[in-house]
Amino acid sequence: MFLDSKAPEGPLAEKWDQHKFSVKLVNPANKRKYDVIVVGTGLAGASAAASLAELGYNVHAFTYHDSPRRAHSIAAQGGINAAKNYQNDGDSVFRLFYDTIKGGDYRAREANVYRLAQVSVQIIDQCVAQGVPFAREYGGLLANRSFGGAQVSRTFYARGQTGQQLLLGAYSALSRQVAYGKVRLHTRSEMLDLVVADGKAAGIVTRNLLTGAIENHAAHAVVLATGGYGNVFYLSTNAKYCNVTAAWRAHKKGAYFANPCFTQIHPTCIPVSGDYQSKLTLMSESLRNDGRVWVPKTKELAERLRKGEIKVKDLKEDDRDYFLERKYPAFGNLVPRDVASRNAKQMCDEGRGVGSTGLAVYLDFADIIQRTGAEAVSQKYGNLFAMYEKITDENPYELPMRIYPAVHYTMGGLWVDYNLQTTIPGLYATGECNFSDHGANRLGASALMQGLADGYFVIPYTIGDYLARTAPKPVDTSHPAFAEADKAVQERTAKLLAIKGNRTPDQFHKALGHIMWEYCGMARTAEGLTHAKAEIQKLKREFWQDLKLAGANEEMNQALEKAGRVADFIELGELMVDDALDRNESCGGHFREEYQTPEGEALRDDENYAYVAAWEYMGDNQPERLNKEELQFENVKLTQRSYK
Amino acid sequence: MAGSNPNAKPMNLTLNVWRQANRNAQGKIVEYHVKDISPEMSFLEMLDVLNEDLLHKGDDPVAFDHDCREGICGSCDLFINGRSHGPEKGTTTCQLHMRKFSDGDTITIEPWRANSFPINKDLSVDRSAFDRIIQAGGYVSVNTGGAPDGNEIPIPKDIADRAFEAATCIGCGACVAACKNASAMLFVSAKVSQLALLPQGNVERKTRVENMVAQMDKEGFGACTNIGSCAAECPVGISLENIAILNREFLAAKATSNNLA
Repeated sequence: MFLDSKAPEGPLAEKWDQHKFSVKLVNPANKRKYDVIVVGTGLAGASAAASLAELGYNVHAFTYHDSPRRAHSIAAQGGINAAKNYQNDGDSVFRLFYDTIKGGDYRAREANVYRLAQVSVQIIDQCVAQGVPFAREYGGLLANRSFGGAQVSRTFYARGQTGQQLLLGAYSALSRQVAYGKVRLHTRSEMLDLVVADGKAAGIVTRNLLTGAIENHAAHAVVLATGGYGNVFYLSTNAKYCNVTAAWRAHKKGAYFANPCFTQIHPTCIPVSGDYQSKLTLMSESLRNDGRVWVPKTKELAERLRKGEIKVKDLKEDDRDYFLERKYPAFGNLVPRDVASRNAKQMCDEGRGVGSTGLAVYLDFADIIQRTGAEAVSQKYGNLFAMYEKITDENPYELPMRIYPAVHYTMGGLWVDYNLQTTIPGLYATGECNFSDHGANRLGASALMQGLADGYFVIPYTIGDYLARTAPKPVDTSHPAFAEADKAVQERTAKLLAIKGNRTPDQFHKALGHIMWEYCGMARTAEGLTHAKAEIQKLKREFWQDLKLAGANEEMNQALEKAGRVADFIELGELMVDDALDRNESCGGHFREEYQTPEGEALRDDENYAYVAAWEYMGDNQPERLNKEELQFENVKLTQRSYK
Repeated sequence: MAGSNPNAKPMNLTLNVWRQANRNAQGKIVEYHVKDISPEMSFLEMLDVLNEDLLHKGDDPVAFDHDCREGICGSCDLFINGRSHGPEKGTTTCQLHMRKFSDGDTITIEPWRANSFPINKDLSVDRSAFDRIIQAGGYVSVNTGGAPDGNEIPIPKDIADRAFEAATCIGCGACVAACKNASAMLFVSAKVSQLALLPQGNVERKTRVENMVAQMDKEGFGACTNIGSCAAECPVGISLENIAILNREFLAAKATSNNLA
């Protein structure tokens, strides 16, 4: 199928304004006749639900949490980018656009990214007006910090809790609409299927996580803001509940899934400590502003350090290799995430890693502490240092942090056009759930920006264009497609409970995570991926024969919830492997060992792979069909990314 | 093994866990034993071990709320050995590590105990009362779009910092569980203070505090008797000073009320 991005014609800087003028509007008096379902209440979902309700639509917001405020956006630490140029350091909308396209290794759509940069400035204004307590200078104006992949200071922040403050802002706007009766909030409700009637999104099927009741909900349009799928790796910085189920069920109902293999491995996470490990904790990228990354200069020194024969403090300056500063003098410790992660892995592969497992590098704050004092450092990073100490029992004011890359974000997601509409009419995807703005690698502090851009400033315009073409008639769940989806959900749940095998959902999840991390993680090869595909298929068969659960559907049953999510992760894992196998190039977070420059940097193939891979579901156990959206670059020149 | 104490030995523990099938069922303490618990595990990872064990035996795992496991989402809510989030000060349950316990210990694990937080199952409680309090006024009434430039509202750094400190509340409910009156004053005061300190919150200052306090009372939370266990047990260090601000805001609003509702 030809994938029409619907990106408007005309000069880049005028596309969004022209588009806003050309889209159809819904008469203010008619807006109350439309129902919109928003699934997910993180930044992308809460902002969309609040903004749509403010416009007058009837919004039904769904979350599997007990409260909208628990969504994982809350855990974002470092900040949010905006092209305000408050620092007078040369920032502009075009520079943020350019940095994002380049940072994404030229695999994102120009028109979407430019719009993102444009609306970034409004996001800050909106959040300030809501009472979000951003960091400020002594003169009372907003403060900024720098982030990886940029040479300007454009990141707004609230100490190390920016995501929390932005989410609580969006949550407050959502709560206000709940009080007005314009948003109906459904908590502890998990979307288990999308209902497509007469070729259009018509509603969803949910399971009440306290009673097990399967419920049908109808609407004129459905917005998925259900986050990313990093937990396919089992261990990631995602929250435990984060999953792909809503997006995956939509995929199986006809929404194409784009670039699933584009996953981001974040360079600065607390290393794994044991088999019982349930999740990984990020240490914000902002720490790379002031922390210096290093490993011992030689393998011998690293070995002695691991054995405890020498201590960190015994290593003189000459014994240390500040490898990012050495290899990338222009960007130093602030190279983009994919570059920093790969280099850390390389050091550990060379045997120069530290910590008892040898799978860690140092992030050292001795210099900045000496220069500005511990108090100043605590002002900036206090909560992060405290968190590190709680987890590792080591004091980062005295010893360098040990860090290692971990899965953090997924650039891939449901394919959407310029309107954020998927290939199913009436189904939209916003935030991390879609594939749209970050190409093959996301820059730091851009996830919060995209989630809020989509929810506050894009979807309120673009969804109107669809609704204006839909009759304002009341909707209900009488269409046979609802009964069909409802039945399928009931049967699937019953099937999971009836297996009565020997392995728990967590055991299957860990096994899947191991395959994905080994063969579809930081470095990939055709051989490894082919092996992984067979392993995943085997795991899928075992899952449906040997799963062990307890209890029933008609109660709070967390193992059952988990099982449904793991089943979807297994299927997604196979598609990720297919996608990684198809892409015979290295770009951003996708590093195929066969395709690298002599210096070990990612080697893109723009001639053959400058496309978005949009996968189409063809039925159970059938190979998915690849559809391509060719990317056109009219405003940036494709170059080998260099941060040297 | 990655921590500073590589010699720490695995522990065997006895757990007394509150089990309750649902909101209306009768609950009771059930004794469990877990073996070979690494001191480097988090408390919730220890419960994961218990649950895997129960599931393998065909028993119902213990339901508990958790999600981010990095101390910020506010989901986890365990009352451990009689204290909200357990023995470590300024720490959520998910950030509590087993190195704080010793081999042979008996640990009692209960849900938050408050009438306004009914039990869903086992250790999971319903905290939607907190959402309804925020819905009563915990916001600035601005629609999307039309906000002035962020730098048009200068805010002194010390004020912004104080507002931020109040805004860091994670809404976990530890304050309510720690209070002998099951009062929600610390939670409510954190939001009231944040918005009372900032110029953006000034317009709705009076109606906000009146409406939020009214909702708090309606939900059945108890009154504050200035004991301070809420602040002592708060995992993110929300200060008792906020309750003083709340009282002042409430009195000022009542004395000069323009809330006609």
